Amino acid sequence: MIMNILAGVDIGDLLGLALRASIGVQAATFALAAVGLNLHYGYTGLLNFGVVAFMAAGAYGMAIFFTQGWLGGSLLLAIAAGLVFAIAIALSIGLPSLRLRADYLAITTIAIAEVLRISFRSQRLLDLTGGPFGLPSIEDRNAEVSFSEIVTIDWNPISDGSYGFWRLKFDEQTLWVMILGWSLVLLATLLIWGLMRSPWGRVIKAIREDEDAARALGKNVFSYKLQSLIIGGMIVALAGITRSMNTGFVETQQFKPQTTFFIWTVLILGGAASVWGPVVGAVTFWFIIVFVEELLRQMVESGWIPSVILESNDVASVRMIMMGIMLAVLMIWRPQGLVGKKEEAQIDVR
Amino acid sequence: MSDNDSSVLKNIEAIPGSSKPDPILKVDNVVRSFGGLRAVDIDHLEVQRGIITAFIGPNGAGKTTLFNLLTGFDRPDSGKWTFHQLANAKSWTTDLSGLRPHQIAHKGMVRTFQLTKSLAKMTVLDNMLLGAAEQKGEFLRYALIPSRWKPQEKEILINAESLLEKFNLSHMRDEYAATLSGGQRKLLEMARALMSQPKLILLDEPMAGVNPVLVESLLAHIENLRDEGVSVLFIEHDMDAIMGISDWIVVLAEGRIIAEGTPSEVSKNPAVIDAYLGSSIAEELKDV
Repeated sequence: MIMNILAGVDIGDLLGLALRASIGVQAATFALAAVGLNLHYGYTGLLNFGVVAFMAAGAYGMAIFFTQGWLGGSLLLAIAAGLVFAIAIALSIGLPSLRLRADYLAITTIAIAEVLRISFRSQRLLDLTGGPFGLPSIEDRNAEVSFSEIVTIDWNPISDGSYGFWRLKFDEQTLWVMILGWSLVLLATLLIWGLMRSPWGRVIKAIREDEDAARALGKNVFSYKLQSLIIGGMIVALAGITRSMNTGFVETQQFKPQTTFFIWTVLILGGAASVWGPVVGAVTFWFIIVFVEELLRQMVESGWIPSVILESNDVASVRMIMMGIMLAVLMIWRPQGLVGKKEEAQIDVR
Repeated sequence: MSDNDSSVLKNIEAIPGSSKPDPILKVDNVVRSFGGLRAVDIDHLEVQRGIITAFIGPNGAGKTTLFNLLTGFDRPDSGKWTFHQLANAKSWTTDLSGLRPHQIAHKGMVRTFQLTKSLAKMTVLDNMLLGAAEQKGEFLRYALIPSRWKPQEKEILINAESLLEKFNLSHMRDEYAATLSGGQRKLLEMARALMSQPKLILLDEPMAGVNPVLVESLLAHIENLRDEGVSVLFIEHDMDAIMGISDWIVVLAEGRIIAEGTPSEVSKNPAVIDAYLGSSIAEELKDV
């Protein structure tokens, strides 16, 4: 029977595609966002359900400033503007809600993410954000090139050609964006590692464990939570920026709430409060997603799964169901995630 | 307590709100109501420096609420309290009313909690290190430059290890705080509070839920603290413990101070016996 299933399935194709996805730019951006969320949730205990708000802030901030030519067409300055926008979002979420109980932050973050997305879509902001059409970046006012062209062509030190082996061959542009993306992941991970081994990180973890205890010991909890929200938010914004570099445009469809929950899945999968958890989580997440999708698609196409049960159009949604089941199983058998600390997960949280 | 101190206490009038020769904390007109209930209503209170002061009173007397107010964890409807410090032959007064909890801790007044707040997913040692005040490495701008905070961290570590030794927790040093027993957590919380070298420590029921053997050592620790110059203010229900180690007792009932005095004075005070009437504590008081 197994041979039967395998008959219609090209294992090489399957593995090749899944591996490509797991080291691709998408995985890198998810890893980067999960590193930011890890600081928020894993270390500080902040329930940020508006991850995508920070991604959108970074991407739109960068794209608007660049396409409007407000900063002399400098892409680096536009990226900085995107990060500043993310700081503004962090402050607007944090200042009113961080003094309150944890659940208020969760509510505020969900709300801000949707407010931001719907505002960007609105006709009123058409000139700035392109409304529902987004910013395809090439139609900018002053610059002659798009932001993704600057990154993939102007900044690209790799000469033209195809690199890699087997099914893992990439052209110079894809390779360069991959290198950029994963370098950012590495830098962000090292930043978090450095912060968390310092006394600053000790206060952050103490806040996760018990805010009042930290307060009683003279720690300004509000200030630390705000710092965490800002730093994590900037890392997430960088993920949004990297993703738009890759896709070459910015539009609101990219910033739907489900992205937030993908990032959460990545973090839980890899292991919250572990330095490498977000990276392991992102790589695994993309491997599984693409593997399952391809497997189902090939099985449907080869007729092994009859069209009564599943058609190739449904595959994309079924992979999400599979992902959900796998996450549930993981939570039961390995609540600490793939690389989290088992002892920590076993400690009953009040 | 030295004879000198006890003679100091003898000169203090055993009446509610009596003035002390060298107060570290003065409380004036602090009121906190919950709806129609006046949980705390203190006209005047002074806490003497360098001694162990106990807050006692029946359940609901407002002891913990008063602690929360004094340490900034709750806000009074009105009132004012000041902290009086002495150092290098200088003395100064700090108004604590309206300050936030961490600011009050910075001034040298640190508290513990009735329900222990050990930081479960941190090691015992990390719990201790966290307690130290004014750490350079806690500033974001220095966090990534270990050379700026490593020397201080070493000093803190030595201090933490000696305190752990004192509190018989050395063997648990690298364990998660979650693995400690209830009594050990109380010890850890007290030791952690001491890391900041407070001038006044407020202990909220340090003996609750602790086994009798550990209570003995806790009491010894509290007396040691006083002998090292830390002023102690504590809430407790265990009458034997209170009568044994307190130098001065403040009795609260229904949010007000109904009596003050040395243990022997308080135990003979009819108002106190009245407040406790019918409760087993009243019986215990008679025996003292």
